[in-house]
Amino acid sequence: MRFKVGSSSTLGVCVALMVSTPAALADTAFVTNEKDNTVSVIDTEKLEVIKTFKVGQRPRGIILSKDGKWLIICASDDNIVQIYDSRTYEFIKSLPSGPDPELLILHPSGNPLYIANEDDNLVTVVDIKQGKILTDIPVGVEPEGMGMSPDGKVLVNTSETTNMAHFISTVTNKTFDNVLVDSRPRVAIFNHSGSQLWVSSEVGGTVTVINPADRKIVGKINFKIPGITREAIQPVGVRITKDDKKAYVALGPANRVAIVNTETLKVEKYLLVGQRVWQLAFTPNDKLLFTTNGTSNDVSIIDVDRQKVIKSIRTGRYPWGVVVAPF
Amino acid sequence: MSVGSATEADDSLQPAGQEAGHGWGVDPPPLGPLAYFTCLKGIVWREILRYLHQRERFLSALVRPLVWLFIFAAGFRQTLGISIIPPYQTYILYEVFITPGLIGMIQLFNAMQSSLSMVYDRETGAMRTLLVSPFPRSYLLLSKLVAGVSVSLLQVYVYLLVAYFWEIEPPLYGYLTVLPALILSGLMLGSMALFMSSIIRQLENFAGVMNFVIFPMFFASSALYPLWRIKESSVLLYQICLINPFTHAVELIRFALYGQVDWTSLAVVLVFTAAFLGGAIYAYNPSKGLIARRGGPGGS
Repeated sequence: MRFKVGSSSTLGVCVALMVSTPAALADTAFVTNEKDNTVSVIDTEKLEVIKTFKVGQRPRGIILSKDGKWLIICASDDNIVQIYDSRTYEFIKSLPSGPDPELLILHPSGNPLYIANEDDNLVTVVDIKQGKILTDIPVGVEPEGMGMSPDGKVLVNTSETTNMAHFISTVTNKTFDNVLVDSRPRVAIFNHSGSQLWVSSEVGGTVTVINPADRKIVGKINFKIPGITREAIQPVGVRITKDDKKAYVALGPANRVAIVNTETLKVEKYLLVGQRVWQLAFTPNDKLLFTTNGTSNDVSIIDVDRQKVIKSIRTGRYPWGVVVAPF
Repeated sequence: MSVGSATEADDSLQPAGQEAGHGWGVDPPPLGPLAYFTCLKGIVWREILRYLHQRERFLSALVRPLVWLFIFAAGFRQTLGISIIPPYQTYILYEVFITPGLIGMIQLFNAMQSSLSMVYDRETGAMRTLLVSPFPRSYLLLSKLVAGVSVSLLQVYVYLLVAYFWEIEPPLYGYLTVLPALILSGLMLGSMALFMSSIIRQLENFAGVMNFVIFPMFFASSALYPLWRIKESSVLLYQICLINPFTHAVELIRFALYGQVDWTSLAVVLVFTAAFLGGAIYAYNPSKGLIARRGGPGGS
């Protein structure tokens, strides 16, 4: 939280601390707007868009560099990855990728960058310092989801048409196992201990939980929302809290985010958000969760402790990806 | 109505400092503020006791909005959630949207029932007991109104308590900030009903008027659907809703539940409250009003 201390008394500061919002420290959320070719910058304390800046065409996946200085964005229709300064929003450089890059993930060491190119069935490995392609890893058709194990040894890519989660060694850059999941897998994410891998299947309407050690499926989560057809339930974005107790799953046109107990794999609650919710991002302290709502052109903000949607704020058209920076 | 409570209330109408059974005498002492307070307290307490003792009424007042909430709203659950309407800051379920409308309905029904009891009292002659009181007629009417509002507050808060477990969870401060709005809307609807009761001669007629008043007022308002939705279907209906004071009572409650003030609705509710109350006081004036023209409280 940003305090204007100035000449205010200690008492004033104390009062301000007492009434502070769940986001005890102000962070900044960045949202890519797929149709506007812009990024909306959101102050997580005021919950307002404070700036919108132009980026490449059809921005989708967005992440932060390890030091937080760079915003790394897939400009899908430009067939490149762009880097912007996360504080000044100035363009720094482009990185090469394959055609139609969609999602990307950094190695925990901060380099290299792994990019899923939707159109050439490859995962491109790029050195972000030198700005050059190190190698391409063949995967299934329409690669998209990118998950990295906490120790950085295993990369998991999902291919939307092959319906598989491909396990890739980051040492050899080769696929060493494949797991068949339900139709159109979109997102893969490891929990923080590395004991579970969650893969969402958009058309299958399920989330598959895999044990990364033996690549066996340990559970499958189905979603049932009264009054919503099964076809409208399309899981995409998945995020897991730092304590690994709860997973949040964006359910696309069902306009809901499901809260799932990671131990029982049961849905505990559905939260109503905007239309066609796809990607999610926690603030660094796990207090707030941002959801991008593609067709209602807004972002909903969930108070994680209270499990309540506290606000929805307008962004550009077709908000797609979201990342939160700790400043 | 329990006999005990009525007797208690009738006793409480005696001005302070006078013993029961003395009569008013030739020169009754001036009525102090305490006497006025005792009078108000008596009438309000009588009304609350009467409400609490009539279990069927207590239940029906609660069941009616809850049926709307649990059954009607469930059927329309997916109709909203496509647009964010002030004072809401995000998407809401239909149950959340209609809650202020159902609160308005509770108050509307309560107001009608309260004034129905006026007609009943008039028919049975119980009102005469009240009207021999030395207090000004307008004060007695106002006290009767406050009593009705108090009962409606009781009903609304019980409803909100039940609704909380149905995921109708306004912010905690909302339960406090909604109170002034509830008092105001209760006064407006109560004085409207009081004014109407002055026109109605018999109990049977009153039931008909309830149908003519309650349903059009309720349906042609923002209680069940947002006004922009109505405007999409019919501009005329939208305009009717806009001039319907019940719409503004609902909106006043809706905003107050989230700690906000809808100034337009506040102004409209204030104006209508003043107008209806003025009309009711005039109508119940024994020398000038409508009752006088019909030949007294009995209306015969």
